[in-house]
Amino acid sequence: MIGALTTLAAGDGTAILGRQGSDVVYLIASIFFILGIKGLTHPRTAVRGNQFGAFGMLLAVLATVLGPAAAGHAFDPTMIVIGIAIGAVIGGLAAIRVQMTGMPQMVAIFNGFGGIASAFVAGGAFLLAIGTEMSLQGNIAIGVSGMIGSVTFTGSIVAFFKLLDLRSLRKFPSAIPGQRFLNALLFLGAIAACVWLVQDSENTTTYWTVCALAAVLGVTLTTPIGGADMPVVIALLNSYSGLAAAATGFVIDNNVLIVSGSLVGASGVILTAIMCKAMNRSLPNVIFGKLGPSADGPSADDVYGGKVKSASPDEVAMLFDGAQRVVIVPGYGMAVAQAQHTVRDLTNLLEAMDITVEFAIHPVAGRMPGHMNVLLAEADIDYDKLKEMDEINPTFGQVDVALVIGANDVVNPVARTDPNSPIAGMPILDVDKARTVVVVKRSLSPGFAGIPNPLFAMDNTYMMFGDGKKAIMELNAVLKENA
Amino acid sequence: MGETVDLLVPIVLAASEGGTSLIALLTILMLAVFVGFEVITKVPPTLHTPLMSGSNAISGIAIVGALLSVVLVEESTPHSSLARWLGFFALIFATVNVVGGFLVTHRMLSMFRRKK
Repeated sequence: MIGALTTLAAGDGTAILGRQGSDVVYLIASIFFILGIKGLTHPRTAVRGNQFGAFGMLLAVLATVLGPAAAGHAFDPTMIVIGIAIGAVIGGLAAIRVQMTGMPQMVAIFNGFGGIASAFVAGGAFLLAIGTEMSLQGNIAIGVSGMIGSVTFTGSIVAFFKLLDLRSLRKFPSAIPGQRFLNALLFLGAIAACVWLVQDSENTTTYWTVCALAAVLGVTLTTPIGGADMPVVIALLNSYSGLAAAATGFVIDNNVLIVSGSLVGASGVILTAIMCKAMNRSLPNVIFGKLGPSADGPSADDVYGGKVKSASPDEVAMLFDGAQRVVIVPGYGMAVAQAQHTVRDLTNLLEAMDITVEFAIHPVAGRMPGHMNVLLAEADIDYDKLKEMDEINPTFGQVDVALVIGANDVVNPVARTDPNSPIAGMPILDVDKARTVVVVKRSLSPGFAGIPNPLFAMDNTYMMFGDGKKAIMELNAVLKENA
Repeated sequence: MGETVDLLVPIVLAASEGGTSLIALLTILMLAVFVGFEVITKVPPTLHTPLMSGSNAISGIAIVGALLSVVLVEESTPHSSLARWLGFFALIFATVNVVGGFLVTHRMLSMFRRKK
């Protein structure tokens, strides 16, 4: 009933690694995956946690290759060696060369690779099983695996290009007319193709139809989603890549795929929920909704007219005189300007003046969960200085200078005050409660939500217009001179 | 089905004779999901990016399925050649995911340190 593969059972039943032996190793590998993720619960244990995960993967691979070999099943290792070599070179180079500002793109594309790998494995299993008696649940698993894997793949490719933010791609329209209807149609079509696959498992077209419809769905789902919503999308695709692997585990009857796929799926779901909560939006609203300025909101002229004060680096440097506590609020603008190292220098200069410096990190600052933390870690800033929103918000009243670098919507007090604004109810960093606020920003242009920010027009706010890196460098130069 | 046969039928479909029962697989799925939720909710926001890239590497576990397709497909059924090639490409994609994912996570995590 398992057709071709049963005939391979020429092995020695007492082989060291029988199917049961492999399963034991898979179990150990699963335990290492769980320990690995557990290690990630603290920066001190995280490196070892990651090594646990990698070791678990090594065990799983060895069990898979050595199991059949030990049982006397001869196979030609050429394809395996070549495949692993190609993959290792590509993956290794990408991992070594990627810049920390490019992490969102890298995670996005890797999500896609996981998805398509699962879809291909399910496809291979489907092709092999043709002509043999197929079980209902096996076929369902194949359909689900192909569907999720394909959505993950094309969705991730689109997310990757969106994150690259290529100028040449901006001219493409991101809104598709009748988009919701189209998505629903594609989704139902893919489900129907799954049913067809289950009904007619002799036909290879069924599987490719599932994959093709799901692949188009991945594109139409991801294309309209805007840049600032990318943290949600990446987290969601992360979860999909895990679910695809888990579904493949059902296809090939393998526990280690189910366990690790579920872990990744759970991780993605949790991160997605955290990101949505941090924007006070529901998941359907992020995926299908549109965020835009409400027609009756105040115009930029109303908010800013004559009230915005700009300050030179010299003037800003003076604000730090006698300051005791400074909080830096980084946003996506800091990543774009690659200003993290300059910000580190500023931190050192301020600390040399006996000023306590902390960083306030909004959960959706940047383009992926934890984006700001990685950039600041790259710049060698102690992770103890990075404070979460809930921790630092009650203390903004005691902050002498809040320095906002390239953040906008996440510090817009309108979220608290105007129930009609598009960001109403979104938890924000209460920067406006600090004694003085300095905002480093290129211009007064609105953020992703498309609304003006009254913070910039407050009495105690000074704007330092310019490129984030350049502006901070000038500020550093002044501070150095005064020191 | 004997043990020796079991060994070489990883691509057996779940409900086939000799395969694990659906309810056993679902049990594993549910327990793993709960373990995942318990452990992952404790990951601090600082480590959310490494969590994503690390769990990404773990989702490269499809590499096991890819290897099996390449190792075990030898019989010349009508589609075995295509199945093998699918396995080969799945192997490349999954390896990129695994190697790149664990390496980049290591690179990132080495940056998270407390200054003396």
